[in-house]
Amino acid sequence: MTVNEPTKNQPVETVPMLSVRGLQKIYAVPGGEVEAVRDLTFDLAEGELVCLVGPSGSGKTTLLKCISGLMEQTSGTVELNGSSVTGPPKSMAVVFQEYGRSLFPWMTVHANVELPLKNQKVPKAERAALVDAALKSVGLDHVPKSYPWQLSGGMQQRVAIARAVAYRPQVLLMDEPFAAVDAQTRADLEDLIRTIWKQLGVTILFVTHDIDESVYLGERVIVLSSSPTVVQEDLKIDLPAERDQLNTRALPRFMQLRSHVYAEIQRAKLGPVTEQITAQRRTAVK
Amino acid sequence: MSPLKRVAYFFGLPILLIVLWWALSFGSTNFFVPKPIELAQTLWTTWIGDRFVEDVLPSLGRLAVGLFFAIGLGIVLGLLIGSTRWLRNLLEPLLEFFRAIPPPVLVPLLMLLIGVNDSMKVAVIISGSIWPVLLNTVEGVRAVDSVLNDSCRSFGIRGFARIRYFVLPAVTPQIMAGVRQSLSIGLILMVISEMFASSSGLGFTIVQFQRNFAIPEMWSGIVVLGLIGLGLAIIFQFVERRVLHWYHGLKEITHDS
Ligand SMILES: Nc1ncnc2c1ncn2[C@@H]1O[C@H](COP(=O)(O)OP(=O)(O)O)[C@@H](O)[C@H]1O
Ligand SMILES: [Mg+2]
Repeated sequence: MTVNEPTKNQPVETVPMLSVRGLQKIYAVPGGEVEAVRDLTFDLAEGELVCLVGPSGSGKTTLLKCISGLMEQTSGTVELNGSSVTGPPKSMAVVFQEYGRSLFPWMTVHANVELPLKNQKVPKAERAALVDAALKSVGLDHVPKSYPWQLSGGMQQRVAIARAVAYRPQVLLMDEPFAAVDAQTRADLEDLIRTIWKQLGVTILFVTHDIDESVYLGERVIVLSSSPTVVQEDLKIDLPAERDQLNTRALPRFMQLRSHVYAEIQRAKLGPVTEQITAQRRTAVK
Repeated sequence: MSPLKRVAYFFGLPILLIVLWWALSFGSTNFFVPKPIELAQTLWTTWIGDRFVEDVLPSLGRLAVGLFFAIGLGIVLGLLIGSTRWLRNLLEPLLEFFRAIPPPVLVPLLMLLIGVNDSMKVAVIISGSIWPVLLNTVEGVRAVDSVLNDSCRSFGIRGFARIRYFVLPAVTPQIMAGVRQSLSIGLILMVISEMFASSSGLGFTIVQFQRNFAIPEMWSGIVVLGLIGLGLAIIFQFVERRVLHWYHGLKEITHDS
């Protein structure tokens, strides 16, 4: 089986959109410390769609919170467009896994999507246009007056995506957004993400524990080890740009890539790897 | 439930009790036991007219002002204390202490400090009915949802906008639960504040009737208090349905699933 060279250590000529360097996060807990993330380094170029895949508890949420400036890392740096992230940056939006808890239940769908724009003092007419366009792009232009809790889980997550889209971020972070919706809805939402990505040209970091999802969605997949977490592999996904649930998933290349990621994650479970062993393994895979 | 059925439920038991009361007190000659028909007549003759303007309205006015400030201050201070960690840690034991003091004992003290006037009575009402709103608001602010909070932060919703669009609505269920308690405490304190060194008001008048053995009039005063309480409850429910319609809808759905 052949797999691309990891892009991890290739030199990048331009300033990357998002740059994570040596990120470490240690939580202080009663009676000790938990090292959720040990040492993460990777870049996202402008307009990339990268999936980050790792088992539960491998620190994916921790990583996203550090990247989005919601939490301070213990060491290492996060840079957005060359400037260091110390608090939630204006040009970043986050979609959380818990859709039921990320929308305001006292606001209608329309008001939820509109609020960040209102807060940014976007003029009313422009705001209305942005909200309508965003709701349309997620296929929810028929329920602007509903309340989030009147909608299904998948629809609520669409609202959260619409809110992020209307905000027009440069970087969109998504933390296992589809982990709690049913399989059919999930497939639709995956296609929605790729459509939005192509339409907006936004840089997306999509976090998931689902290997198939990461390979299907991403242009690149970053595989995390289990805790204490390091980057296990950084893999280019050379699937055609036009993807669809039936055909893409049936491609031999898709199978190859997903098996490879699966094997990497299995290997990661054996424990954190040293650079030397990684190097040996890579030679073996080639 | 159909509107007709609702009305039937609302009035059913009260009517039944009044009929029962009428039947039981029919032959009674006891001066202290009121009879429904006479009580209704007394209610009318005693309270409609001058006394309504001179005693009932001022009492209601003081109650309204007291509750307005108690609820307003309770919410504002609660938001402030709840969102400032050091302030909360500093004040919480103290607040629990003040809450535990039965407000009627403050009446003589406030009389000395403020004098015997409307301000004193309003102060008594505020001093007792502010606590449920204040403490509930503090508790609610502390318990706001962490994911919603992160959403706000990531979209840069801070300061006043955060309070207005996030914290205040999120805390409204707790605030309303506090207001419900405040209303009944306020009513009790309205009466008590008028029982000491006063010359008008509902509380004063009822005590006067009792001292002068005007027993039917005394009973009618108690009925007036009951009606005011009922009125407050109806207004409360009306407002609560408006501001918390989302909360009831949300709860209904999470209970179904
Ligand atoms: N607030 C916290 N305090 C202490 N430990 C935490 C906290 N959040 C997460 N952890 C721990 O950090 C590790 C990674 O958690 P998390 O980032 O949620 O992983 P993932 O999102 O990949 O499932 C887990 O072992 C978890 O128990
Ligand atoms: Mg997580």
